[in-house]
Amino acid sequence: MNVLEVRDLHVHIGQSHILHGLSFGVPRGGITGLLGRNGVGKTTTLRGILGLVDRTGGVDFEGETIATLRTHEIARRGIAYVPEDRDVFSALTVEENLRLAERADCEHQYDLIYELFPEMKTRGAQRAGTLSGGQQQMLALSRALLNGGNRLLLVDEPTKGLAPLVVRHVVDALKRAAQAVTILLVEQNLSVAHKLARDAIVLDQGRVGYVGTVEELMNDPELARHHLGVGSAKADR
Amino acid sequence: MSTVSTVALLLLTGLGLGGLYFLIASGLSLIWGLMRVLNFAHGALFTLAAYIAWQVTLPLQGGNALVAWSTGLVVAVIAGGSCAFLLEVFLIRPLYARPIGQILVTVGVALAAVALVEGAYGSDPKQMTLPAWMAGSIHVLGTDVPTTRIAIAAIALVVLAALLFFLRGTRYGLVIRAGVENRAMVEALGIDVDRAFTLVFVIGGMAAGLAGFLAGTYFGYIDPVRGTSMLIFAFIVVVIGGLGSITGSAIAAAVVAVVQQFLNFYAAPGIGDFSVVILLAAALLLRPRTAEST
Repeated sequence: MNVLEVRDLHVHIGQSHILHGLSFGVPRGGITGLLGRNGVGKTTTLRGILGLVDRTGGVDFEGETIATLRTHEIARRGIAYVPEDRDVFSALTVEENLRLAERADCEHQYDLIYELFPEMKTRGAQRAGTLSGGQQQMLALSRALLNGGNRLLLVDEPTKGLAPLVVRHVVDALKRAAQAVTILLVEQNLSVAHKLARDAIVLDQGRVGYVGTVEELMNDPELARHHLGVGSAKADR
Repeated sequence: MSTVSTVALLLLTGLGLGGLYFLIASGLSLIWGLMRVLNFAHGALFTLAAYIAWQVTLPLQGGNALVAWSTGLVVAVIAGGSCAFLLEVFLIRPLYARPIGQILVTVGVALAAVALVEGAYGSDPKQMTLPAWMAGSIHVLGTDVPTTRIAIAAIALVVLAALLFFLRGTRYGLVIRAGVENRAMVEALGIDVDRAFTLVFVIGGMAAGLAGFLAGTYFGYIDPVRGTSMLIFAFIVVVIGGLGSITGSAIAAAVVAVVQQFLNFYAAPGIGDFSVVILLAAALLLRPRTAEST
């Protein structure tokens, strides 16, 4: 059974029709990549699932319809979000950012996040706005992982703009997190997606263009070029 | 009167007036910072709370003045918070996605409140009865400073300390500070921001109600249009102090009121009020993006 089912999802932003009846499922466990060229609606899809943009269509999580719920109610069902721009609260300290993510109905996994990202402990009193991009990404991930009750993570371009060393750190953390929760990962970098994701959903012009495995995409340059605009998928590794 | 005495009098009087500005501006600032609602009805909360407190304490006026004044203070705070709650739940909340609608509604409430008060009580001022100790003055640096000015400044400081504790020491405060920065992300963490909105509105209304009552204490009377004129200065204070910044509002309120007092005295009456607009322009030019922090 899929943990998440999206059916006929439409999103309009202003005059633009961004998502044209998107339908896909996210299998339970592991990491599923949501791939596609720039501007095809990957981020909008995540925001649509969370109700952060007005949308029509069905969204079911663990068999429950969540499309009619408000964003905070959806999050409380067990869906955490790591946005593309990290969106840490820059005026708050690291410790306050984490405390804000605590929910009374969940076990708090401080041990896990301090093990994955020791800096979150040592920099607890530092304002989040003064952290480097990599540290902010770690904080955003920590916030999403904090609640043991979260069963699905929506992670948007977690390695964007990060140094290679930090990318490796984030990739390792996501692999570790995927042992406990399902992750729907938006990723532009196909080689990063290949390291992390088993399944792939490729969007094309606001529609699902391909559903299969990342391995197939990597091994078929023509398929990768057609859906992702990548000249040679293997060369991108 | 010596120069030192005059300066002391103007400074302390200015700080008293600044206390009033801060009480109105703090609510406006929080409401704008968190909710992006330009609440033109904030002055109506000020006026309605003052009149409700005056009406409720009317039977007490002949008795113990301290009891009457203290009761009025509490009633004004409760009335301000209650009116704000009703305003937010019934008029503002249905219009969250329509900022123009919000502006029109709050302007409408502001006009209607003044008309309502004038209809019920007339436009003549209503005298406030003050306790004897407050009606007097305190001798400072060779001059007699009205006790009300010092009391209002002290009350404003207590409110500032309470607001800072609330914002920095409680979970709701944490939610509000985060919501000022990124409301959508707070929602995505599973937090009902609407509840925080209502709370902020109520806190703002309580502070406005307190300001309405204390303005009566400051000037010795209440009238239907005081809220509107104070609101204009409060908006200027909010912009100078930084949208969403309580500490900034407190500093800006003190600076605006003290400058106003000094220039009205040393330059010419009215110049002080005009200078506030110059301060606003200077703040906008020197700091185009006003700070958003507590």
